[in-house]
Amino acid sequence: MKGFRPVHLLLIVPLIAMLWVPSYNRADPEIAGVPFFYWYQLLWIPLGSLLLALVYWAEARASRKTK
Amino acid sequence: MRSWTALGVFVALVAFVTLLGFFASRWRRGDLTQLAEWGLGGRRFGSVIVWFLLGGDLYTAYTFIAVPALMFGAGAPGFFAVPYTILVYPLMFAVFPRLWSVARAKGYVTAADFVRGRFGSDTLALAVAVTGIVATMPYIALQLVGIEVVLEGLGIHGEWPLIIAFAALAAYTYTSGLRAPAMIAVVKDMLIYVTVIVAVIVIPEQLGGYGKIFASVPPPKLLLAPATAGNLGAQSAYATLALGSALALFLYPHAITGVLSSSSREVIRRNAVALPAYSIALGLIALLGTMAIAAGVHAMPEFAAGFKAFGANYAVPALFLHAFPAWFVGVAFAAIAIGALVPAAIMSIACANLFTRNIYRAYFRPVCTPAHESQVAKIVSLIVKAGALVFVIALPSQYAIELQLLGGILIIQTLPSVLLGLYTRWLHPYALLIGWLTGIASGVAMWANLGFTKTTYALELFGVTIPCYAALSSLILNIAISVALSFVLNAVAETRADTTAADDYA
Repeated sequence: MKGFRPVHLLLIVPLIAMLWVPSYNRADPEIAGVPFFYWYQLLWIPLGSLLLALVYWAEARASRKTK
Repeated sequence: MRSWTALGVFVALVAFVTLLGFFASRWRRGDLTQLAEWGLGGRRFGSVIVWFLLGGDLYTAYTFIAVPALMFGAGAPGFFAVPYTILVYPLMFAVFPRLWSVARAKGYVTAADFVRGRFGSDTLALAVAVTGIVATMPYIALQLVGIEVVLEGLGIHGEWPLIIAFAALAAYTYTSGLRAPAMIAVVKDMLIYVTVIVAVIVIPEQLGGYGKIFASVPPPKLLLAPATAGNLGAQSAYATLALGSALALFLYPHAITGVLSSSSREVIRRNAVALPAYSIALGLIALLGTMAIAAGVHAMPEFAAGFKAFGANYAVPALFLHAFPAWFVGVAFAAIAIGALVPAAIMSIACANLFTRNIYRAYFRPVCTPAHESQVAKIVSLIVKAGALVFVIALPSQYAIELQLLGGILIIQTLPSVLLGLYTRWLHPYALLIGWLTGIASGVAMWANLGFTKTTYALELFGVTIPCYAALSSLILNIAISVALSFVLNAVAETRADTTAADDYA
């Protein structure tokens, strides 16, 4: 596909993490009384955002270089 | 039980946003007799406004009621809203800038406009437009159900407050177009964030901490039921619900309207990075359902009437009434009610855009002036809202809830035409049409088979039972048929011209 860069593969990481439900369907370890199932998924919200930010910056840099 | 303080704060906040809605027509003044001005805010919204607009649009009041209600009633399966909203943003980031670019280049206002230009098929465009309208109507009705729930919490009965709120909404949407919900969304979102932050600090404090809250959840509801030999069970339902809902979300007309109102494709990409802030709010709101279990609101006699009328959907209002002082109950309930008005406005505008562009202009008045087109859209937005209001007042709210479940199954069937269409026009329009029809027929059949109340249909594959979100399984069938028939049709039939060029997507 045109315009594809390896950094775009980062976009798939949240997909794998979230769809692999058995990897997080458990109660331990807890944080401050919150079971793993809940805090792990909440943690992926900022992680997912961070990955998108990395892709965004990588593309912005790449497009500056080509100009 | 009625608190005049709560009611006073509530009415004042709702009245304030109503004024704001009328004032919005003067904001970044444009020629509102053009459809792209009225229905897309002139494609001039920058990153911050789009953040508020899409946040207010996608995270609807009903979500804020229904997600914790599911946690309250079913436990862990209700948390699927979190992975769902995580999966949405990589998709938005990767795909939707292309739709924005081609829409800008060609003056498209709706997804159906794009499909018509790309595949040269009026019939396929009509199918996409009708699907969008039918899937969105019950969603608008659900926003009204959200308002009804908080009105019940305020001790107000009868239909008149709902009618007043919606009449005001209809009036300022008519005069201001998309600018009204964009402006109101700023207020709504700030109220929501304040409510959420206060709720997740104050309520656990009252209940003795998160440890005690989760300890009060019955153990089978705390986690998803593990898979057994021959049945993937709740975990596959969870994953497919998250994936299917994420794929469906940005096909909804109100989401596309929000995306197309952006001033550049960078705005869309930046928002894919920044919008997850709302997902954090949503995740915390989901936990309110768990807190409602711990607080024991279900057994309190003062909430019996509310639970009787709205079931688990009354969990969050009951929790707020139980935990907050009256004035803050007013703030929180206003946040939910205004949170219903924003998406209802955008949804009715999106439906009006679809009807005007892809039904009225395509079939009734091919040559119509921009002013006439914009006028039709304004009137349609009124009709759409009146229809939703009648629906909610005349029928039990259960119907709106069940039809909205169907909405996701319907709208996802436009994915091959819209999303895949952004990358290839290899798919033949008639193949897409037959795929769409098969997807809808199989999806509706599964939904009917489940008694209209559930959407995870158990598939039997190689002796393994796989509970799967009906939207996803019917979409796979749709894609398979679209691809298979395209091989045949491309060999024998001629396709019509593609009016878009490769450069239009960049």
